[in-house]
Amino acid sequence: MKKFLIQLAAISRFVGDTIRYVFKGPFEFRELTRQCYLIGYRSFFLIGFTSFIAGIVFTRQSRPSLASFGAESWLPSLVSQAVVRSLGPLITALICAGKLGSNIGAELGSMRVSEQIDAMEVSGTRPFSYLVVTRVIAATMMLPILVMYADTIALLGSYMMVNMINKSSFQLFVNEVAVSVTYLDIFSSLVKSAIFGFAIGIVGCYAGYNTSGGTTGVGRAANTAVVVSMVFIFVIDLVSLQFINLFRTT
Amino acid sequence: MNAIVEHSQTKKRVAADNGRESVVTIRDLEKSFGDRDILKKVNLDLFKGENLVIIGKSGTGKSVLIKCMVGLIKPDAGHINILGYDVPYLNEAELNELRLQVGFSFQGSALYDSMTVRENLEFPLKRNMKLFDRNKLNDLIIEALEDVGLAHAVDQFPSELSGGMKKRIGIARTLILKPKIMLYDEPTAGLDPITSREINELINSVREKYHTSSIIITHDLTCAKQTGDRLVALFNGQIQVEGSFKEMSQVDDPEIKAFFNY
Repeated sequence: MKKFLIQLAAISRFVGDTIRYVFKGPFEFRELTRQCYLIGYRSFFLIGFTSFIAGIVFTRQSRPSLASFGAESWLPSLVSQAVVRSLGPLITALICAGKLGSNIGAELGSMRVSEQIDAMEVSGTRPFSYLVVTRVIAATMMLPILVMYADTIALLGSYMMVNMINKSSFQLFVNEVAVSVTYLDIFSSLVKSAIFGFAIGIVGCYAGYNTSGGTTGVGRAANTAVVVSMVFIFVIDLVSLQFINLFRTT
Repeated sequence: MNAIVEHSQTKKRVAADNGRESVVTIRDLEKSFGDRDILKKVNLDLFKGENLVIIGKSGTGKSVLIKCMVGLIKPDAGHINILGYDVPYLNEAELNELRLQVGFSFQGSALYDSMTVRENLEFPLKRNMKLFDRNKLNDLIIEALEDVGLAHAVDQFPSELSGGMKKRIGIARTLILKPKIMLYDEPTAGLDPITSREINELINSVREKYHTSSIIITHDLTCAKQTGDRLVALFNGQIQVEGSFKEMSQVDDPEIKAFFNY
């Protein structure tokens, strides 16, 4: 219990330091841009590919159930709400937790065990701003963009499936989607994605920055980053669902 | 330093400065990790312009000692005064101010492997000196690299360099800030005898050109002999003996004797 509380205090301090350095600086714009490129642009293919498949599979599996009630025309509406509200953010966040979480954890972990972070400290620079703050901000900024992209690609996959079966027009599909998805759906999805991004960034950086124990420690840091951020993603998803539902019912 | 000065917890430490100016003063330094005492009331002075070598077996706390000096590890008790700064009690800004005057060469070089040699050297300059002028940066980088004989490696990545080259670049990265004190952690570890000799010569030439005072942590006796004006032996968390290389090699203490006659 004591160990858990100490760990909790250390994580809270780490989060506090990250937020403090966001406002205090020094501001590492060049590194931030590089991280946005690595986290965002370099994830486009993987996110696009998986979202496209998810859109096809979800549409294909939902169609028989709706067809049995004669409600096949509701398919675009069902898919778009599921994708924008939950499927898009969740799939994107889980893929990013695996890809970015392990990347950040292993990179910072190996920098820690090879004394590169110590070298930054003893040269009078602030490695926290350069290494942690940039990655956390980049992950927080890029996740909503990736989610919007994932939603679009998943809906394209869904349309392809609908079109193959029903020969439905693209315009009709888009109209159905536009009617079904509300501004609250989009806004809440983007806010939730930013929180996912923050969680992935913080967990990856915390695990990597505090690595000890040589190469075994680096492996452990990467593993911790992935597992813990995935757990956080589901918890955040659950909490945000409850919170957003307050606005939906009123 | 004519006589060997012995230390222990029971024997009072004898001043050995001959009136020289001390740039590092360590008194009663203690550090433990869990129930393992690493440093036990360590006392040490580094005098201006000298190369002080700390020898000792692996795990005796040599690296912990110099990491305490730059604030990477917080000691449990004792005083560390470097260039007038009382290290354990400095705030972040003061610690960074001190760190600009103390160069630290890491055992594994600790080059930033995602950056080229040029970017490695630019890193502290841009952040500490706020120096962004391309020509000035280039002049300083080339000067530091020429001092270590590696100007041609400026655009290479650390993964493309040999162990000896990495050590040299690591030293160049600290020299670029013109430090007053240099701390070398196992500068010749893992290097062949010829490269080790080159590094030893480099350590001596750095002192000549930059007028630095240095602490060299090593268990390489050739390095100790070639670079050290004065040697201290750190065994079991305490400074046991100090003297010149010749004096140390004649000490009767069985542990030190074993170290010199391996």
